[in-house]
Amino acid sequence: MIRISNGIVVDPATDRDGEFDVLIEDGKILDVVPRGLGADGDFERVIDASGCWIIPGLIDLHVHLREPGQEWKETVETGALAALKGGFTSICCMPNTEPAIDSEEVVRYILDKAAQANYSRVLPIGAVTKARVGKEMAPLSELREAGCVAFSDDGDPVYNAGIMRRALEWAKMLDAPISCHEEDKDISCGGCMNESALSTRLGLTGMPKVAEDVMVARDIELARDTGAKVHFCHVSTARSVELIRRAKNDGIPVTAEVTPHHLVLTEDAVRAYDTYAKMSPPLREEEERELLVEGVKDGTLDAIASDHAPHEDDVKKIEFAEAAMGILGLQTSLPLMVSFIEDQVLTRKRAISSLAEAPARAFGLPYGTLRKNAPADIVIVDPQKEWQFEREDVVSKSFNSPFYGRTMKGKVRDVFVQGVLRLENEEVVLGGQCK
Amino acid sequence: MSDQEHHIPDFWKEVVDAETIERCLTRISYEIVEKDRDLQKLALVGIRTGGEFIAQRIHQKIQEIENREVPFGVIDITLYRDDLSDSLEQPTLKGTDLPFSLSGHRIVLVDDVLYTGRTVRAALDAIIDFGRPALVELAVLADRGHRELPIRPDYVGKNLPTHKDDFVRVRLREGGYTDGIYLIQAHDAKKG
Amino acid sequence: MNVDSVRFQHLLGIEGLSREDLIFLLENSQQFVEVSQRDLKKVPALRGKTIINLFLEPSTRTRASFEIAGKRLSADTINISGSGTSVSKGETLLDTARTLQAMNPDILVVRHRSSGAAHFLSQELTRTAVVNAGDGMHEHPTQALLDCLTLCQHFELAPSELKGKNITIVGDIRHSRVARSNIWAHQLLGNKVTLVGPATLVPHEFADEEAFGGGVRICHTLREGVEGADVVMVLRIQLERQSDNFIPTLEEYTRQYCVTPQVLEGAAPGCVVLHPGPANRGIEISSTLYEGTQSLVEKQVTNGVAVRMATLFLLGSRGRKENV
Repeated sequence: MIRISNGIVVDPATDRDGEFDVLIEDGKILDVVPRGLGADGDFERVIDASGCWIIPGLIDLHVHLREPGQEWKETVETGALAALKGGFTSICCMPNTEPAIDSEEVVRYILDKAAQANYSRVLPIGAVTKARVGKEMAPLSELREAGCVAFSDDGDPVYNAGIMRRALEWAKMLDAPISCHEEDKDISCGGCMNESALSTRLGLTGMPKVAEDVMVARDIELARDTGAKVHFCHVSTARSVELIRRAKNDGIPVTAEVTPHHLVLTEDAVRAYDTYAKMSPPLREEEERELLVEGVKDGTLDAIASDHAPHEDDVKKIEFAEAAMGILGLQTSLPLMVSFIEDQVLTRKRAISSLAEAPARAFGLPYGTLRKNAPADIVIVDPQKEWQFEREDVVSKSFNSPFYGRTMKGKVRDVFVQGVLRLENEEVVLGGQCK
Repeated sequence: MSDQEHHIPDFWKEVVDAETIERCLTRISYEIVEKDRDLQKLALVGIRTGGEFIAQRIHQKIQEIENREVPFGVIDITLYRDDLSDSLEQPTLKGTDLPFSLSGHRIVLVDDVLYTGRTVRAALDAIIDFGRPALVELAVLADRGHRELPIRPDYVGKNLPTHKDDFVRVRLREGGYTDGIYLIQAHDAKKG
Repeated sequence: MNVDSVRFQHLLGIEGLSREDLIFLLENSQQFVEVSQRDLKKVPALRGKTIINLFLEPSTRTRASFEIAGKRLSADTINISGSGTSVSKGETLLDTARTLQAMNPDILVVRHRSSGAAHFLSQELTRTAVVNAGDGMHEHPTQALLDCLTLCQHFELAPSELKGKNITIVGDIRHSRVARSNIWAHQLLGNKVTLVGPATLVPHEFADEEAFGGGVRICHTLREGVEGADVVMVLRIQLERQSDNFIPTLEEYTRQYCVTPQVLEGAAPGCVVLHPGPANRGIEISSTLYEGTQSLVEKQVTNGVAVRMATLFLLGSRGRKENV
């Protein structure tokens, strides 16, 4: 039995926020007890979490691990390591690999790689359509049985509304959500940043907000029609937030995520043509950012997901219009949100929930809580520790982050995955066995 | 630049006063006229920016002595300088204004202070780009020595003994001052 | 005047220049007009300097203009052209530029179809001054300079006096770097800019404060837009805008926006016409107007050389970075 003592437990799922100790046994949470209660018992190990928060292992609903097919950008191993360092004990990887995750074999391949790496848990997301080209449905049942937790054609929307409707009907039977990258590319075509006064000034083709909004509106109606769960990826516009808010009020089964970068940055980050701040959907104006934060506050945007998208400098450090879309996120998400808590933008409960309980609920996962008997995914984070994020900190294979030089607040100290200490004092624990 | 300020710093030492300058220019004018050379083809060219006003004054005096029009122009030698890359200041062009053809003329180039000779060298290059003068002479208000090129003035107002590190400044009424030539010694120059 | 020598490390755009910078550039450009009028049109100012003209997008005028400018300053100019599609060439723009820098040029003049390309190179190249000769839809600073210089000469005004004029720019503003650079320039000089064209080619964002300071007026009707104009600048309409569905047909565009002498009846007396060329006669501008007395097109081309000489001279003769 392991005891984590002297910390502040923040577990939104059980509505705990205070001085509790956590007991772990057989990979599960044995109990959460008031600080010091029964501390004289017989423990295999006692971890002192003084000055730290003890929170559930975080869940990222949206990462790109690039394996198989683009191993020079990232691998399951390096991605899972970045996750561990960032406090994510479970990461859901998008199927835009080569080949796409549209068969049992690819799912198995990824799960095997994850087991070998033995860092954080990797949960594949299957493709909605074969090879993600939007023509025919992928074998959804096979993917679900192999271990996929959701379906998505992320990177692209499912253009064909007819296929989308059928896929939703299948997904509903399989009790898995479809995670939607909402972008009408006929509207956003050729765009490389938000369409705005700034894009006008910079002479860059813009991606209008309405390109996202029309697809969100369509899929809300399809969710209403089918009763299937629709999850909206990386929401970036105020109008989409409003549409989702209304849909939820109407009882339509939709959930949504937003990225940390859309919550803390605006399009201003690309003013000097910084391709490390180029992504899809693009960073928007300050007004939009503020309303995204409101969306997180009131729960319209359930989860915060990193959209971790590694790209090598060969496709990033080039002309802006031609540079690849996407940025790293696994190692910076939690610190950025700790700053939000410190700055009282979000309550501690809401912020932690958006990274743990809420994503678990959106995808129906048994993680993200310190409830008794739950898998012991636990993160001990020092919320007071200030540090500057630099290129040397990155454990991913790629380095595309707009956050270099930024002072971060809060650092992940220890991480338990399924009851095994995988990260201790910011260092990876070698040789641990997954129970 | 300090042209706008009409105050002369205390540590500038006046070495030639207004009256002397006037006398020098009159003498130079007569020397130019009296020299046994083709007076009919005489033309004056001032080197921007220091030589421009000196050239104007000599030009005026010669016209009064001769009681006729003498061609006059100014050249900007910025584009001919050999020290552009060493300069910290962004060079500014004031323009060349030569409203007559130089070919066949007896040109008297005019500058305020003759020092290394590099400015005159640049001016000669510029002059030659504009045509083929019959003859080029050089008139300067002051010669402070320390030549770095084989250049010799034909008409000199004043010879000034200086150290190489000293500065010599000419201030004229056209710039809003009382006429005067000043010596700034190297160890004083740091003050301003 | 104390001019900061690092002020013109590069010329990437009109945006970011101060009014003083702009006027300084225009005043210097005016001085170079005289050099091109000499019998011997060459000065030794940049002797021994190397200028590379890297034109990765088709261009005749601008490249010729930069080349003549460099040669008249006695610099060694080398032209490198290409399609600019980095992927198809198998070499990135950065690689190309680094290779060129290894040959130690003093100035790199770059034209590229990607907005921000000149910016990008200026950040990556440490020893070479970069001149933007047009980057995508972003800026074409020397074009704006030559347009302003042409107007100064026509109205017989010093650069600092070219203000209070009504400047109307007609055409495909959305995709135009010429328009953007001119908007910045005229805002700095104190002229009023009106943009005319269909809503698809003149997006409302141009009038936003965040875009160009908010002083820009937008007008979708040609006659209204040229009313009281002292200057009408007509932009070239790219023929492919039709297939991109920005305009229904070229005829539709011409019907609404072709600038003719009749249209200019409502303009200010003495109104003049500029066109960056090459023109689609009979589409965006009538032949009569293009060749008529109101047109300053030829003056623009002549001034292009002077402006580029001034730019190259200022960058090529600047004090070395290490000394500053």
